[in-house]
Amino acid sequence: MREIIEVEHLVKKFGDLIAVDDVSFKVVEGEIFGFLGPNGAGKTTTINILCTLMRPTAGRASLNGFDVVRQQNEVRRSLGLVFQDPSLDIKLSALQNLEFHAGVYNIPRSVSRERIEEVLKMLDLWDRRKDVVQHFSGGMRRRLEIGRGLLHYPKVLFLDEPTLGLDPQTRFHIWNYIIELRKRENITIFLTTHYMDEATVADRIAIIDHGKIIALDTPDALKRMVGGDIVTLKAENAEAAVEEIRHHYNIEAQRGSEGIFFEVQNGEEFIPTLVNNFKSGLYSISVRRPTLDDVFMKLTGREIREEEGGAAVMKKQWAMRQARGGGTRFH
Amino acid sequence: MNNLRGVYIVWYRDLLRFWRDRARLISSFIMPFLFLVIFGTGIASSVMGRAGDGDFDYIQFMYPGIIGMVVLFTSIMTGVSVVWDREFGFLKEVLVAPISRTSVAIGKALGGATIATIQGIFMLVFIPFAHVSMTVGEAFLLIALMFVFSLSLTSMGLFIASRIKSMEAFQVVVQMVLFPLFFLSPAMFPTQFLPAWLGTAVKFNPVSYGIDSLRQVVLGSQESAMFGIELFGYRMPIVLDIAVVALFGIIMGTLAIRSFRVQE
Repeated sequence: MREIIEVEHLVKKFGDLIAVDDVSFKVVEGEIFGFLGPNGAGKTTTINILCTLMRPTAGRASLNGFDVVRQQNEVRRSLGLVFQDPSLDIKLSALQNLEFHAGVYNIPRSVSRERIEEVLKMLDLWDRRKDVVQHFSGGMRRRLEIGRGLLHYPKVLFLDEPTLGLDPQTRFHIWNYIIELRKRENITIFLTTHYMDEATVADRIAIIDHGKIIALDTPDALKRMVGGDIVTLKAENAEAAVEEIRHHYNIEAQRGSEGIFFEVQNGEEFIPTLVNNFKSGLYSISVRRPTLDDVFMKLTGREIREEEGGAAVMKKQWAMRQARGGGTRFH
Repeated sequence: MNNLRGVYIVWYRDLLRFWRDRARLISSFIMPFLFLVIFGTGIASSVMGRAGDGDFDYIQFMYPGIIGMVVLFTSIMTGVSVVWDREFGFLKEVLVAPISRTSVAIGKALGGATIATIQGIFMLVFIPFAHVSMTVGEAFLLIALMFVFSLSLTSMGLFIASRIKSMEAFQVVVQMVLFPLFFLSPAMFPTQFLPAWLGTAVKFNPVSYGIDSLRQVVLGSQESAMFGIELFGYRMPIVLDIAVVALFGIIMGTLAIRSFRVQE
């Protein structure tokens, strides 16, 4: 098992803003490596550095053994990239987009003709190859971009938020293609997402927040960090309910977008006890296994999709954490 | 040779897009047609016709100016179209590819120049209407001049595009760069009667020399002598005209390439 990506003490600053803050990690050949974090956490910036689109402020990174600053062309040849935002020429046909790619990557014509056919068939786009991309649906465009990223037999395929802006059904299909493709192409996949459920396809996940990697492990190991089941409930009076749970069970419940939630061992057995003794009104209650959302919550004290709340929310969260005596306390 | 194929494919894509864009193909005839037939006839039959000495044929005069206009507008627009590529994300696909930024810039410049030259060649259909005649050799010389002229201008468009980051800025560029370059040139009117301040501005405009070179070919250097640009009391010969255009192109091309190579 060879390390295909090596990142050491990578830093990227934009003026005063530190987008990537002393990040180090390694990606093993053949794995699906996930980069998980809220928008603005530094995922895309890290990818841009690895793909030679940006220069790091400090630190070093290599891909397929080539340095991303000094051996740019070798690095570029070794990677395929599906950008977060669309990057097709919508005025051209699917075939012409791929032919352009084959041209700039200097794939010999004899090879590219077969390869284009193979890729288009794998992604179920062969019948539409002569259609102008303008008339493609969002899912078809994404598939074409994935196919284009694969065309030149890269060692690493970067997928930056590959399902962003797609409906759930299309997202599901795209992931099936990605999993299938990994089997067939023997390729390393580096993906970023802020959809937690999607990150579980990865073999290993790095959770990134404010430019730092705060955890790196397999999805199962990360989930074990949470340590119990997650109980979510909606109550008539949220304040009272939180207080009651604290009082009776010595559990510090939190309020999130889905209601009040807390972590407990053996959730199924706990629920009847709770419901029978609960004094204030209850609307609903549910129990589930921990997800990566919960892991992120545990590590940072916030939900991953709160990023729109901006500084005010973060400040509040920080203040709350301090008030509770530092660190999030799920007992 | 990798980079050569890169230049080719970047060039080829621009041509493919041009060919597919039928609306643009058709509209490329309409503007010059309106200028020559309506504007030209209007001016010729009123102002020029009365003020002139009778020998002066305004439509014949403006015809090379219209060719220059088509080349100017198409070149700059195509060069600046890189802004579109950035906006729609396609530029990233090019910039992450293992070809040098220099070949991307060269491919783009050649693509824009080829399209502008093709549009210029379309203008030759108006020859009978403009009361001019040309030998085949002159036509080829004219095409060669159009290409050099448009290569310079596309390079300028590319340089501008590499500096502006938004679609809004694109409109500003059209107003602030394209129109001044066009109006401060001998495209639509002879410049020797202009007041000094305006005449000086025309002489500082590289587009003036491009249009003058086209006019010298279309009208013949004798016929066009009275409309020519004079520098230090000397009438600019066609060779010097094109040297000015080429020098401007080299400067703009160098700036564009340098600007393309900058990495965040």
